Amino acid sequence: MIRARELSKRFGDKRVLDGLELEVPQGGFVLVTGPNGSGKTTLLRLCAGLAAPTSGELDVDAPRGAIGFLAHEPLVYRELTALENLDLYGRLYRIRERRERCGAMLERFGLWRSRNERAGTFSRGMLQRLAICRTFLHDPDLLLLDEPFDGLDAEGAKMLYLKLAEHGSTALVATHDPKSLAIRATARIGLA
Amino acid sequence: MSGYAADVAALARKDLLLELRSRDTLPAMLLFVVSALTVFHFALPPDSSARAETGLLWIAIVFTALLGLTRAFAPEREDGLLDGLVLAPCDRSAIWVGKTIGVIAFLVLAELVALPAFALFFHSLSWELVAAVALADIGIAAIGTLLAAIAAASRARELLLPLLFLPLAIPVVIGGVGASVAANPGSFLGFLGLYDAVFAILSWASFEYVVTE
Amino acid sequence: MSTSLRNSILSLAAAGFLVGGIALALFWAPEDADQGFSQKIFYIHVPIALTAYACFGFGAWKALRLLWTKDARYDLESYTAIHMGVIFGLLTLATGSIWAKISWGHWWTWGERQLVLFLILFLFYSSYFMLRYSTEPGPRRQRNSAVYALFGVVLIPVSFLAVRIAGTILHPTIFTHEGANLPGEMLLAFCICLAGMLALAATLYRVELAGKRIDSSLRELRELLA
Repeated sequence: MIRARELSKRFGDKRVLDGLELEVPQGGFVLVTGPNGSGKTTLLRLCAGLAAPTSGELDVDAPRGAIGFLAHEPLVYRELTALENLDLYGRLYRIRERRERCGAMLERFGLWRSRNERAGTFSRGMLQRLAICRTFLHDPDLLLLDEPFDGLDAEGAKMLYLKLAEHGSTALVATHDPKSLAIRATARIGLA
Repeated sequence: MSGYAADVAALARKDLLLELRSRDTLPAMLLFVVSALTVFHFALPPDSSARAETGLLWIAIVFTALLGLTRAFAPEREDGLLDGLVLAPCDRSAIWVGKTIGVIAFLVLAELVALPAFALFFHSLSWELVAAVALADIGIAAIGTLLAAIAAASRARELLLPLLFLPLAIPVVIGGVGASVAANPGSFLGFLGLYDAVFAILSWASFEYVVTE
Repeated sequence: MSTSLRNSILSLAAAGFLVGGIALALFWAPEDADQGFSQKIFYIHVPIALTAYACFGFGAWKALRLLWTKDARYDLESYTAIHMGVIFGLLTLATGSIWAKISWGHWWTWGERQLVLFLILFLFYSSYFMLRYSTEPGPRRQRNSAVYALFGVVLIPVSFLAVRIAGTILHPTIFTHEGANLPGEMLLAFCICLAGMLALAATLYRVELAGKRIDSSLRELRELLA
C-alpha cells in the first residue's frame, strides 16, 4: 500500500530523510522507531501528502478520504466543542449517518459527557482522545499515526489499543515505545 | 446540496461560528474603522472637499480589511489546523471559497458601522459609493484570502501581508474613489466588476498550490 | 552550440543592436517637431519599458510551468526573469523621470500613465522579493512565488486599465508619445533599439541564471559532503 524508494527530504540545508526504502503491504502494521529528529514525523507527513519529497519515489495507494492521520497536534478547533469539531470533519469526509457516527466515536473514547465543551478546555489526554476520534471517524483504510499513545492515561491507552487491535487496515505508526505495540506489529523499521 | 457546495457551507459556517465564539476580529475592525475616521477628521483641513473625504473613506476601508485579513487564517495557523483541512478529501479551493465568504461577511459588518459613521462625520453617501464598496469587498476578500495563505508560510507574516496586498489594492481604490466621485460612475463600477471576476478566478484556481507542497 | 558560445553571440548582438540603434536614434532619425532633441530619450525609455514587460511575462510563464510540472528548475528561471524585469522597471522609472524633468520641469508627474503603471508594478514586484526573502527555501516558497508572479502579470493589464480611467477624474493625462504612428526612420531606429534591449535582457538573464545555478549546485555539494 505504501512503497518508498530512495526517498529523501530536505529542509533548506538540513537533510532529514536520506535514501529511505520502505514497503508497507496491504494489512501490514509497521512501526517506525528512532530518536527525536530522525524523521519519523516527516515520513508520516510525506505519506499523508502534506509534504512533497525532495527526491525519490513515494507511492501511497490510498485516496485522501481513506487516510487517517494522527499528528503531533490534535488538529481540532479550540473554540468549537468536541461534537462540533467531529461534525465538521464528518461533513468534510462525507460520512454517512454523521450524527450517530460522531456520537458513537465520542462514547467509545470516553468523551461523550464532554461533547458540548469547547476543545480549548480539554486536558492533554482528552485532546489526544479527541484527535483519535477524528482520525478513526471515517473508517480509514490507511492509518498514519505519530506517537499515538502520547498524553494518554492508562484508560485512554487501553481504548486505543483495543481499537488498533480490531482494526484490520494498514498502518504506519511512529513510536518511541515499540514494545507496547510489538504484538500487533508485522514489521519494524528504524530511522537514524 | 452538492459535495462542493456542502464543503463550502461547512467551512464558512465554521469560520463564522469561530468568530462568534472568540469575538476578537470583528470588534477590532469596528473600533479601528471608527477611530480611523475620527483621525481623518483631524487630519483634514476644515474646508476640505467631499472628494478628499471620500478618498479617506476608501483608505479606511482598505486598512480595516487588512486588519481583518491578518486574522483570516489565525485559527488554522495557531494549531496547525490547515493540515487538517488539507488532508480532507474536499477540493482545496473550497477552503478558499469558505474563507472568502467569511471575510466578505466581516467586511460587510464592519461597513454597516463605517458607512453610517462616515455619513455622520463627513457627508452623505451616494448609492454609487455603496455599490462600489460592495464590489470592492468581493475583490479585497478574494485576493486577501489567497495572500493571507501565502503570508502564513513566511517568517514575517504580519509584515508581509500588507506588502503583498497593497499594490494589488491600488486598482480597487482607483475604481472605488472613481465610482464615488466621477460623473460617470458606470465605467468605474464596471472596472471593479472586472477586477473582481479576474482576481477571484485566479485566486480560486491557485489556492490549491499555495496550501500544498 | 555550447552555452558560452551562445552567450557570446547574444551579448555581441545586444551590443551591436544597442550601439547601432542609439547611433541611428541620435544622428539619423529626425527630431521631433514639438519636443526637440529631448524626445530622443524615447528611444531608450520605451524599449526598456517593453523589455521589462517581456521579462515579467516570461517570469510568469516560467512560474506557470513550475506549477504545472513541479520541476524545481523553473523556480530559479522565474525568479531571475522577474529580477531582470525589476531592474529594467527601475530603469524605466529613471529614464521616464529624466524625460519628465527635461520636458516639463518636474522629476515626477502623475499624468504620465506609463510611469504610474510602472510605479505600481515596481511596488508589486518588490513585494515579490520580500515574499521570497521572508519564506524558507523549499517547495512552499517556490509555489507561493509562482502564484504571486502570475498575479503580477494579470495586474499589468488591470492596472493599465485602472490608470487609464483614473486619468478622467484624478490626474489630467498629459498627452505624450503614442508611438504607433512614427515616421519610417524613427520606427526603424526604435525597433533596433528594442531588439538591442531585449537582447541585453536575454544576455543578463542567462548570465545571472547560470550564476544562480552554480550557487545552488555548490550548496547541494557542500551539504552532501557534510
